[in-house]
Amino acid sequence: MDEPKVLPTAARATGCPYAPAAELYEMQKSEELPRIRIPNPMIGEFEAVALTRYSDIRSALNDDRLQMGFVFDPDAPRTMLNQPGNLLNYNGAEHSRLRRMLTAAFTVKRIRALQPMVEEVVAERLDALAAEGPGVDLVTEFSTPIPTQVICHLLGVPYADRADFQRRAKVGLDINTSREKQIENLAELDAYMAELVAAHRREPGDNMLGILVRDHGPELTDDELVGIGNMLLIAGHETTASMLSAGTALLLQHPEQLAVVRDDPSAIDGAIEELLRFCSPATTMPRQAAADLQVRDQVIKKGERVMTSILVANRDPDIEAPDLDTLDVRRPPQPHITFGYGAHQCLGQQLARLELRVALPALFNRFPTLAVGVDHDEIDYRTTALVFGVNRLPVTW
Amino acid sequence: MKIEIDEGKCVAAGHCVMVAAEVFDQRDEDGVVVLLDPAPPEHLHEQVREAALLCPANAILSGGRDSAS
Repeated sequence: MDEPKVLPTAARATGCPYAPAAELYEMQKSEELPRIRIPNPMIGEFEAVALTRYSDIRSALNDDRLQMGFVFDPDAPRTMLNQPGNLLNYNGAEHSRLRRMLTAAFTVKRIRALQPMVEEVVAERLDALAAEGPGVDLVTEFSTPIPTQVICHLLGVPYADRADFQRRAKVGLDINTSREKQIENLAELDAYMAELVAAHRREPGDNMLGILVRDHGPELTDDELVGIGNMLLIAGHETTASMLSAGTALLLQHPEQLAVVRDDPSAIDGAIEELLRFCSPATTMPRQAAADLQVRDQVIKKGERVMTSILVANRDPDIEAPDLDTLDVRRPPQPHITFGYGAHQCLGQQLARLELRVALPALFNRFPTLAVGVDHDEIDYRTTALVFGVNRLPVTW
Repeated sequence: MKIEIDEGKCVAAGHCVMVAAEVFDQRDEDGVVVLLDPAPPEHLHEQVREAALLCPANAILSGGRDSAS
């Protein structure tokens, strides 16, 4: 076999940032599971088996033998990949124990009950856009504040502190951040969250941190509460913010599709699924084999790292649907793994759906002539981060 | 159609409630799936099959076999 080549499974096509790189499609066609080298400044370059087909990833992510490779190690420096309480750093029973403490807040019923609050937040942001006037950056005035305000409210984090935690979230999610910088950055995030946890230990608020302390306080260490808080805060705003801005930029380039989102409430749920599939904000999910396991007729050996490319799996031609490379918000909902699959499937997915379903039609209704304020090929996409998005999106109307 | 659920596997993702609310609900305290109707009428079978297919943890078995495989 040839020496594995270096290729991020997050790689997107040059000039078309919503599409996977051509190499990822090539890998998807390959009968042999490709071995690739993944560049990573934080843990160094590593070799991994690349999973790129929808059915391979679904079965692998549902296999107990394929685990989170970055398991919490109390003796190693704290980083985003090594944090107590972060669900992504746990497997099996320990993972279920922590996750079950959080799931009550994310049931379909509980999320639906949040709709009026989300509508209120969106309405405030639409007023803020109008007040700023044409030329305003949608990312800073709309896409980021909405999920940030919502998660702050749910979690019990003061929204006034957003500038610092958003900056730290950005540093933490940038794969090009050095290991030293990651350690320093996480120490800042932890120190901030530790103060909030201490305040809730003294006087539990009527929010997730307060409820966790009240219901599970004795079972959780302060360190675990800090990790849970950081995970919910970052995962709760960064991914949805990216979907709101990348989804808006995409729709503004497809006016006939935008019109469906704006004008047809009966089509909105399907449209959101299509946008989630097409944008794939969390592009890749890493795992490690805890024991030998088989994918198709091939063995992934115990200890091997595995990188799943959600991005290209969401467009797998084996899914029986016409032309998955075309955005079609009217198509019947297609299976996608944008929220992952298996025991670790995104805890906040129903919240993300609610925010998108409320915010996007409201934006296009309030500003029917909304347009990107720069040439489409000048939109500043964020393609090197763990979460795909748009850095800035100036809009006019 | 006979439905069985595996509470131990459930990860409370809520897909089953989204597609077949007459058949599935979630426990308030931890979001774990609750089976409202273990033998639903025929007009709900398609939705139940979709719920089993979407379940990320294979926690729903319908018709006596693993419908997600």
